[in-house]
Amino acid sequence: MSEAIRVEALVKTFGRTRALDGLDLTVRTGEVHGFLGPNGAGKTTTLRVLLGLLRADSGTVSLLGGDPWRDATDLHRRLAYVPGDVTLWPSLSGGEVIDLLGRLRGGLNPQRRKDLLERFELDPRKKGRAYSKGNRQKVALVAALASDVELLLLDEPTSGLDPLMEEVFREVIREQEGRTVLLSSHILAEVEALCDRITIVREGKTVESGTLTELRHLTRTHIAAELAGPPSGLDGLPGVHDLVVTGARVSFDVDNDNLDAALRHLSGSGIRSLVSQPPTLEELFLRHYGDHVEPQPAAVAR
Amino acid sequence: MTAYTGTGALVRLALRRDRIMIPIWLAAFVLSASSAAAAVVKLYPPGPELVKASEQFNQVSAVVALYGRIYDPNNPGGLALVKLGGLGSVFVALMSILLVMRHTRAEEETGRQELLGATVMGRRAPLTAALIVAIGTNIVLAVLTGLILIASGLDTNGSFAFGASWGGVGITFAAIAAVTAQLTTTARAGTGLASIVLGAVYVLRAIGDTAGPNGPTWASWLSPVGWGQQFHWYAGERWWVLLLMIGFTIVVVPIAYALVARRDLDAGLLPDRPGRATAAPSLRSSFALAWRLQRGVLYAWAGATAVLSFVLGNIATNLSGFLNDSSQAQEFITKLGGAKALEDAYLSATLGFVGVAVSAYGIQAASRLRGEESALRAEPLLAAGTTRFRWIMSHVVVALLGTTGLLLLVGVVTGVTYGARAGDMGRAGGVIAGALGQLPATWVLTGITMAAFGIAPKVAAIGWSALGAFVVLGVIGPLFPLNQTVMDISPFAHSPKLPGGVFSATPVVALTGVAVLLVAAGLYGFRRRDVPVT
Repeated sequence: MSEAIRVEALVKTFGRTRALDGLDLTVRTGEVHGFLGPNGAGKTTTLRVLLGLLRADSGTVSLLGGDPWRDATDLHRRLAYVPGDVTLWPSLSGGEVIDLLGRLRGGLNPQRRKDLLERFELDPRKKGRAYSKGNRQKVALVAALASDVELLLLDEPTSGLDPLMEEVFREVIREQEGRTVLLSSHILAEVEALCDRITIVREGKTVESGTLTELRHLTRTHIAAELAGPPSGLDGLPGVHDLVVTGARVSFDVDNDNLDAALRHLSGSGIRSLVSQPPTLEELFLRHYGDHVEPQPAAVAR
Repeated sequence: MTAYTGTGALVRLALRRDRIMIPIWLAAFVLSASSAAAAVVKLYPPGPELVKASEQFNQVSAVVALYGRIYDPNNPGGLALVKLGGLGSVFVALMSILLVMRHTRAEEETGRQELLGATVMGRRAPLTAALIVAIGTNIVLAVLTGLILIASGLDTNGSFAFGASWGGVGITFAAIAAVTAQLTTTARAGTGLASIVLGAVYVLRAIGDTAGPNGPTWASWLSPVGWGQQFHWYAGERWWVLLLMIGFTIVVVPIAYALVARRDLDAGLLPDRPGRATAAPSLRSSFALAWRLQRGVLYAWAGATAVLSFVLGNIATNLSGFLNDSSQAQEFITKLGGAKALEDAYLSATLGFVGVAVSAYGIQAASRLRGEESALRAEPLLAAGTTRFRWIMSHVVVALLGTTGLLLLVGVVTGVTYGARAGDMGRAGGVIAGALGQLPATWVLTGITMAAFGIAPKVAAIGWSALGAFVVLGVIGPLFPLNQTVMDISPFAHSPKLPGGVFSATPVVALTGVAVLLVAAGLYGFRRRDVPVT
């Protein structure tokens, strides 16, 4: 089986709110998949549907080859979930929660449990009510990562962790060879560092999906150049935006599909120096999250 | 900035949050007072009939133990309100406890206090605001109750005194809750602690009220609920008792403030001990977790019911001293319990009362389901290979077994105490049967809670409303009297009247069947719905 998760045209409404509006998501077996979107985009709702906690209104959902609503319990033995909002039982210690969740899933690896507690610097003897948000998240993370499961569903797992612990988290995720990870996040650096492929959602719809390289390809590169003489005809080129010409200096953004043509045009004027910046994930993100989604650059080019 | 800065804003916030809850509480109290008054005013105009009915009431110490005494048999207000004066003030006290807890410890526990505490807010502001809201509500309750009783045809002085007794009991328990809220780290434990105090002082006044002239009549004076009755409304009102209540509040509230000053946000008085680093081998199922979460409350209930049962079993044998007017007394108690022998009638009536209390435990235990879901603690369990069936049943089984265990305990302790005092242990069996006979009705209440949770989780608190409605039907129904068909809506109307009554299997089987259907409906609904519903 090459796909751990396949979601097509998923719709979920709560009363009059349309939380998911035709969402698509494909996660391949063994990959770390980033699930990006602004607050309220439907990330948590999608995860809850994948867990069979919420019932889809329409669309198809397949998880580890099963139907998460019908086969919930069997599938849950093969996955571990870290909720976005971790609440613990006030009277149970962190260690007890880790063991309980592990046992319900069918056992956990004691050596890995011990290692993870050390690496995350978590005291398992504290009671649930005494942990901070970050420590509550660590409890859920240790419980999930110490289990022998095929799939990890992580809902913004680092939102309460400090930078040091975030680094530990990244290391641990990198070590998860052979496991499939669906990582919901809005921390771009984390997604960039960890994920093989990314799906960006907005208002319950998938707006982009692919590897980071593929996504970059769909956007623009920033070019700043010093030329031998003033350029001509650049603003007439397809795919060139935000052109600024100051004497022999030019700067502009260009759709990646038109990058080649733009550079040829520049070299016609003689290039003295050239700086090109690929789009950062931030820019990708902002382009899709901005209040109005601009027309796809690729479409403009055609 | 003083310690009280921000109190006004918090009072407004509390009133905004409680804008529906407080009026419903007030309406329920005022309406039950007015219907009780109207019924007696209509049935018993001042005269020998009224005096006879009132004296009968006082003669049955079982009834006096449950509700209190009538101090002036000539005034219809005494007979009209004696039940609400005792039992009603318990609910007034509960309202105060819940109000104070809701705006103090519950706010801290959920972390909302932190959000507010970081704004310009004094250290004493949250407690002060909660007390203002609770005391204010009780003052409004006192005035409204007084007015409605006058409107129902009772005399002015007595009516306001009765209103003041309710308000006064409410205010003393607002003060008590203010202290217990500081002692525990959870609102549930704080409420439980205050409720134990409430139960204890209710028993104290029962002991005092039933004591003979040489007995411990002073016990009533140790009890805030007793003070409410010692007000002697409709019987030459002792207004100075109000000073006693205010004085108590003035002494107790500073204790709460002193505790606030000594502790940190979120902390109780006792520091948290570290827990286990690894879970005990037994903690490996959702049932084990449900038991772990609920056992403390169940133990507390078991302790409280055991003490109560011991007292009730002892009172039963004191009844023989009050048999001088037996035919009329029996007629009266027949209305309450439906049996021939006075002791049996007392025991079966008492066990009916205990059945209601244990139902409250069942509702409370089954309501954990909703609490866990709302706190997002159901999600990790359901995502970890626990089936929905197992999860929901884990708490329902605690509720069903808990009610069974409690009633068995009540039956055994009451039965053995009564049997030992009467010198006939053979009588214990009937009492145990009577206690267990209450089980199907308590299961119905658990079932209602479970069905609501599964089908309509947003109104999962309906179990409490149902219990309240059934109690009102049982207490007020025979006074009016209501149509029997209407009174039969209450499951408690169908519980066997044991010991003494005739046992019939049909209602017991029917009630159990209804409970099973309700549980099944809850399961069916829960397996089809979204989790969590917020």
